[in-house]
Amino acid sequence: MVALDHYLILSGILFAIGAAGVFLRRNLITILLSIEIMLNAVNLTFVAFGRALGTADGQIIVFFVMTVAAAEAAVGLAIVIGLFRHHESLNPESFASLKW
Amino acid sequence: MPEVVTFYLLAGTAVVASALVIGQRNPMYSVMFLIVAFAALAGLYIQLDAPFVAVAQIIIYAGAIMVLFLFVVMLLNAPQEDTEHDVRMHPFAGPGPMRFGALLALGLAAELGWALTRTPSEAGSFAVTPVSSVAAIGRSLFTEYAFAFEVTSILILVAMVGAVVLARREEPR
Repeated sequence: MVALDHYLILSGILFAIGAAGVFLRRNLITILLSIEIMLNAVNLTFVAFGRALGTADGQIIVFFVMTVAAAEAAVGLAIVIGLFRHHESLNPESFASLKW
Repeated sequence: MPEVVTFYLLAGTAVVASALVIGQRNPMYSVMFLIVAFAALAGLYIQLDAPFVAVAQIIIYAGAIMVLFLFVVMLLNAPQEDTEHDVRMHPFAGPGPMRFGALLALGLAAELGWALTRTPSEAGSFAVTPVSSVAAIGRSLFTEYAFAFEVTSILILVAMVGAVVLARREEPR
């Protein structure tokens, strides 16, 4: 039987990979994908804890997280399209017009 | 112990695929590897007696969100990352923000590992009977969480309108 610890460690590893991606990559689409990895790591934690506690609440929270992730992806990608139209680039370094 | 074998198989697939998402230069391959990682996570959800979440993972994430990402990647047609600011040489040898990011990710991983070693391991055994029926989830969703459910529909409506307005081409008057 696989214990809860294993799922939590796996979730931590996945979240660390996602956080590393957000900070290391220089591509807006890859950064959004890394955010999705982090959201999924958190989902895994919710489901594992819900299973350990014997409630359906974990799965319901995952349902809401997925909805928010879908909305975030739609709006985020729309912003990426808008930025690409203005600057012809996906590098976040090139969107520094507001930086003094 | 077939459960342990499948767990490590799926967990290894998820970790390797997620690492490859970060490591690819072409966003198209990143999206593909992320779909692999989501599939492995869906398998883990099944092993956790949560078939509803597993199916939602496949349909919503792999089916809808990733298709949206692929659509944008193909629409923008700018697959390669700019080379001058790339971290391919070494993550710690880059400029300040990059070093900070790498250190932060490492610290986060170390902190998580430390927090997990502090918990007593006997609390981690799945002794309780699982709630896996979709009927129970649906009943709870429409009674206890009915308000959150309705707010979610407003959120999706706002996101839809926002995405359309943001991605719309400005028309000359």
